[in-house]
Amino acid sequence: MSGWFSRLKQGLARSSSRLGEGITGIFTKRKLDDAALEELEELLIAADLGVAPAAKLTSQLARTRFGKDVSPEEIRGALAEEAAKMLEPVARPLEPDPARKPHVVLVVGVNGTGKTTTIGKLAKFYREQGLSVVLAAGDTFRAAAIEQLQIWGKRTGCPVVSGKQGADAAGLAYDALQKAQSERADLLLIDTAGRLHNKENLMAELQKIIRVIRKLDPVAPHDVLLTLDATTGQNALQQVSTFKDLVHVSGLVVTKLDGSARGGVLVALAEKFGLPVHAVGVGEGADDLRPFEAKAFARGLMGLDS
Amino acid sequence: MFESLQERLSDVFGKLTRRGALSESDVDAALREVRIALLEADVALPVVKDFVSGVREKAVGQEVLRSVTPGQMVVKIVHDQLVEMLGGKPKEEEGKQAPLLDLAAQPPVAVMLIGLQGSGKTTTCAKLAKRLTERERKKVMMASLDTRRPAAQRQLAVLGEQAGINTLPIVSGEPPLAIAKRAMQTGALEGYDVVLLDTAGRLSIDEELMDEVAQVRDAVKPQESLLVADAMTGQDAVNVAKAFQDKVGLTGIALTRVDGDARGGAALSMKAVTGRPIKLLGTGEKLDALEAFHADRVAGRILGMGDIVSLVERAAETMEQDDAEKLAKKLEKGKFDLNDMSKQLQQLTKMGGLKQLMGMLPGVPKLQDQLKNAKIDDKVVKRQLAIISSMTPQERARPEVIKASRRQRIAKGSGTSVQEVNKLLKQFSEAQKMMKKVKKMGKSGRLPNLPGMPPGGGLPPGGGLGGGGLGGGGLGGLGGPFGGR
Repeated sequence: MSGWFSRLKQGLARSSSRLGEGITGIFTKRKLDDAALEELEELLIAADLGVAPAAKLTSQLARTRFGKDVSPEEIRGALAEEAAKMLEPVARPLEPDPARKPHVVLVVGVNGTGKTTTIGKLAKFYREQGLSVVLAAGDTFRAAAIEQLQIWGKRTGCPVVSGKQGADAAGLAYDALQKAQSERADLLLIDTAGRLHNKENLMAELQKIIRVIRKLDPVAPHDVLLTLDATTGQNALQQVSTFKDLVHVSGLVVTKLDGSARGGVLVALAEKFGLPVHAVGVGEGADDLRPFEAKAFARGLMGLDS
Repeated sequence: MFESLQERLSDVFGKLTRRGALSESDVDAALREVRIALLEADVALPVVKDFVSGVREKAVGQEVLRSVTPGQMVVKIVHDQLVEMLGGKPKEEEGKQAPLLDLAAQPPVAVMLIGLQGSGKTTTCAKLAKRLTERERKKVMMASLDTRRPAAQRQLAVLGEQAGINTLPIVSGEPPLAIAKRAMQTGALEGYDVVLLDTAGRLSIDEELMDEVAQVRDAVKPQESLLVADAMTGQDAVNVAKAFQDKVGLTGIALTRVDGDARGGAALSMKAVTGRPIKLLGTGEKLDALEAFHADRVAGRILGMGDIVSLVERAAETMEQDDAEKLAKKLEKGKFDLNDMSKQLQQLTKMGGLKQLMGMLPGVPKLQDQLKNAKIDDKVVKRQLAIISSMTPQERARPEVIKASRRQRIAKGSGTSVQEVNKLLKQFSEAQKMMKKVKKMGKSGRLPNLPGMPPGGGLPPGGGLGGGGLGGGGLGGLGGPFGGR
């Protein structure tokens, strides 16, 4: 537990150290006045928090501490607390319903956000919990995406249902669900091709996948996961909004949090959509998927030890 | 990708340009908006500050405040500043296009693609190889040094097959440095001009992997080291670009997923911190969706001035030369029938549909909103095509014969209603009237030689649309779908 956490914190610390320094710079020099608040707001924006949440956080700070002498630690602590409050409600793990055979999870997202890798990690995690997991190589567009998932299948000991490159993804998802149902598997993870959310035809393709698997299970998919790259800026809001509208995303997985990106946009996302953040990706290995912890994340974001 | 930034700024500038005189505080107010707009567009904070102070310095000069249209002047200053920061001269002298990449070295020339995981290196590699092969007639080989992500090497090999580009045979278990060396040897032995090296995605803070790529650099001495970065990147763009620049050294930036709806602030940030130009834009999933970067065009798009040059280029690329010439001849004779209109509509869908085209036209963001509200989309075009396809050849050539019963038949045949058929015919007659006007202008020499325009052929920005037509009938055909009458 401590290993991954220190790793996550290390990553976040690197990214937030500048934010931390910035805050220190503002507050060792003067009282919390209007100018200081404005700079603070800018700094939060620079951490990808977005304009509205940054304004909200600073105004909360202003209400209680305006005009007072405040130490940098105090400010950071207070900001982390406020951020954690906004994030707490969305820190919910993905819980497959054991009554469903299988619980169907559709994984969607923009190209390169880490769908296939996340599926590999999820497969490992749930296999270790004793669940039987089936993978569907639904990315029939990108070259060698099928092979990539097959390798993950071998690593985690999960059967992979796959077709040819260029095959119909919806048909493949149907076959995979059929197989998972007949084997009474616990969990079916369906990979999909990466797509930009503003490409209508590609989004329609995703809707088709859902329509088709509903012929076998009228309430499937039981979860629709959107993978979100932590390096993404404010466009993450558009991504979530569109995917949520069109394919009813039920939860997020934030990937690449081990880099220098701050992932501050999560605060904005929590504020606006309230979608659960099921897990965070902190590396390329099979074990590098972690539950999302609001407090630790918020404190890490502000450059504080937890 | 730049639409939203553009929308925001056009509001700001709209207010500004309507005013006769400007005070310093007007300028300040506008610049505050500009600053927030840029921050929301993911431009990094230090870069935003530089930008705003640069604009302010120029904008509060006496001549601006005294000039007849101070608002316009400020807009121009912001535009020029954007272009400058994006890496071009304010007025791009585009006599001869500079080559995309600097490949002037002893072959085989090594080009290395580096970047974070999932930024689009492998796809960009294949697109670049295809472009260099087809447009610059180079003999290109690709090699994947990505031994980390499962099946990454295979991905490049498959893309190579699709694009008809040779890839270095995969030897499993071979480390990246050895692959790079083997690639260069093979390149030299087999007489390749260019060897593209696709590297594994790596975090800029991963010392070990950054060392690895530095070793590859030392071994192959790449002529170009391109940072491949996602246009959706947030504030972290500066950190990433700086780290790669410091540890590996960059010659340029390839920005991917520009066809998304991100505001593209990362482009500004990365250019600013590395001082390296943005050389390539990835604009789609297909292997030919790679474009050269033009600072002034992008700045124009951000500011709502449209991107007419790109629009015209796209028209030239997609329009069949023969069709265009035929149409030009017909127009000269003043003939324009439903066959032509149908071709125009097909043309339109080929060029990426209404929305994409609208995005490139100047002053259109507002119109796009109206389009959205009116729920008018590319389906309208499809229905119109269906209506025309349900006509007999005679009807298409001589639309005046279409009377009530024919209209009913056409509506049934195309699965539409008589009203829709009427609407199309009305639209057609309007387009026809416009064609006649165009013809008159053509005689008086005012119509630019558009329809048969050779790729890359001239057309001064702004000059084309006033003349009534991109490809003559293109806009005539457009008149209907969003005219709404």
